[in-house]
Amino acid sequence: MADDILRIRTPIGIDYTWSSGPGSVVYMRGLENGKLIGRRCPACELVYFPPRNGICPRCGVLLAAEVEVGPRGTITTFCIVNVPFLGQTIKIPYVAATILLDGADIGMQHLIQECEAADVRMGMRVEPVWKDKSEWTPSLENILYYKPTGEPDADFDVYARHL
Amino acid sequence: MALHRCAVVGVGQTHHTSCRGDVSIAGLVREAVDRALLDANMTLADIDAIVIGKAPDMLEGVMMPELWLTDSLAASGKPLFRVHTAGSVGGSTAIVAAQHVMSGLHKRVLTIAFEKQSDGNAMWALSVPLPFSMPVHAGAGGYFSPIVRSYIRRSGAPSHIGAMVAVKDRTNALKNPYAHLHEDHWTLEKAMESPMLWDPIRFVETCPSSDGAIALVLASEDVADKMPGKKAWVHSTAMRSEPTMFAGRNQVSPRAGEMCAEDVFRKAGITDPLKQIDAVEMYVPFSWFEPMWLENLGFAPKDQGWRFVEDGVTEMTGALPVNASGGVLSSNPIGASGMLRFGEAALQVMGKAGEHQIDGARTALGHAYGGGSQFFAMWVVGSEKN
Ligand SMILES: [Zn+2]
Repeated sequence: MADDILRIRTPIGIDYTWSSGPGSVVYMRGLENGKLIGRRCPACELVYFPPRNGICPRCGVLLAAEVEVGPRGTITTFCIVNVPFLGQTIKIPYVAATILLDGADIGMQHLIQECEAADVRMGMRVEPVWKDKSEWTPSLENILYYKPTGEPDADFDVYARHL
Repeated sequence: MALHRCAVVGVGQTHHTSCRGDVSIAGLVREAVDRALLDANMTLADIDAIVIGKAPDMLEGVMMPELWLTDSLAASGKPLFRVHTAGSVGGSTAIVAAQHVMSGLHKRVLTIAFEKQSDGNAMWALSVPLPFSMPVHAGAGGYFSPIVRSYIRRSGAPSHIGAMVAVKDRTNALKNPYAHLHEDHWTLEKAMESPMLWDPIRFVETCPSSDGAIALVLASEDVADKMPGKKAWVHSTAMRSEPTMFAGRNQVSPRAGEMCAEDVFRKAGITDPLKQIDAVEMYVPFSWFEPMWLENLGFAPKDQGWRFVEDGVTEMTGALPVNASGGVLSSNPIGASGMLRFGEAALQVMGKAGEHQIDGARTALGHAYGGGSQFFAMWVVGSEKN
């Protein structure tokens, strides 16, 4: 029986044009210049990085003041990815961590390297390793990965409310 | 506003499996529909309205499959709605269908949910790189694993709890002929040796990738009263949502889930869920979510859900059997998984769950969640009218 007729392979792909909007422009511009720029909510005063959509999801108001965050941060939680998948760009196993940058009130995801996966801990202090300046684009991929700073781990209480 | 009563009078599902290469999406859906109609002793001609749901179109790459399915469901001349709330969609679709009846607008409503994972690539579809973030994301497991780690840290749960849930659900699935996985070799020791895929989530603690569909026939009180068979009366329904990301969000126990549970129990007149609910069909795609949702739903005190697992409370013989069907951990046609929870809860109170029947189940909870624990849908069904 002709199995290739019963199930025909028809790959699809999608290219997007993403309108970053005024809320995210400062963030993208910052990255292009090697800076991590978040924005503060004028109502709850919490700092969002990235300032996605330019709106505070709790208060529903436009984010306002630009705030430089990081560059260092604290790993709140993480996953050791050990599963291959289509479109994967990083060699497994790798650590995808949620990092609470100093001065930000919400974690963001990034890669942890220069450290065995088994040695990564909740509360570990990390800092970014940037690509060469000539390769910078408006992308968080300007940061190759985060690495341990060697500082003492943050207390659980410090980041517990971010889990 | 007084709501009209609504009952589940027919349940039909496919045998869930990794690849139904012998049928199209339309054929898969129609198989579940025909079984539900047979169970209700109706035909498509009896149906007033159709409500259909599935998870993101990207999972199969078929955009708006409801356009195509209109033909195979004989929907000409009838209202047909598509519902979409990510992984919770099976639950919210059943709720929208129930609302068609509870509003008094329709008497016989057919509702369907499906996924044909073998036609696409869900892992790819759920790992799309976004321009404002780093592409470290690795599917649903990559999203939920850090949250599981947070739960373990916060609650002090020992690492074998996830494996215990997995062994329980895989063992329960042996009693469910429709379940995708029928694996009789699991012991706690073997499960603990299962490789870490998304550390701290082991391979055995993850759901399979399934093709499958489920359909329910819902009827108004006057129609249901004239039917001789067993029914599941819908005592209450509730849905809640919240943003996936906001500062200070409790990702382990989202507020929207707590609110949804409070609402669904209050409307059903349930004041002590642990005592008054006889069976739970809970959306647990990764085993650690069983103790997490036990707390979120109010069955267990904060940080104590894992003790219920350890003490066997959620076993089929326990005080609160969870996922007697084998749950999402044993069958995961994503878009259908929520409605499977709702339908299995109905089967329990109808006394039609077969080998995985919980003796004397009179009141059951169906639960679904979706997105980044962002959408919640629940219903309480009972063997008697509310
Ligand atoms: Zn705010």
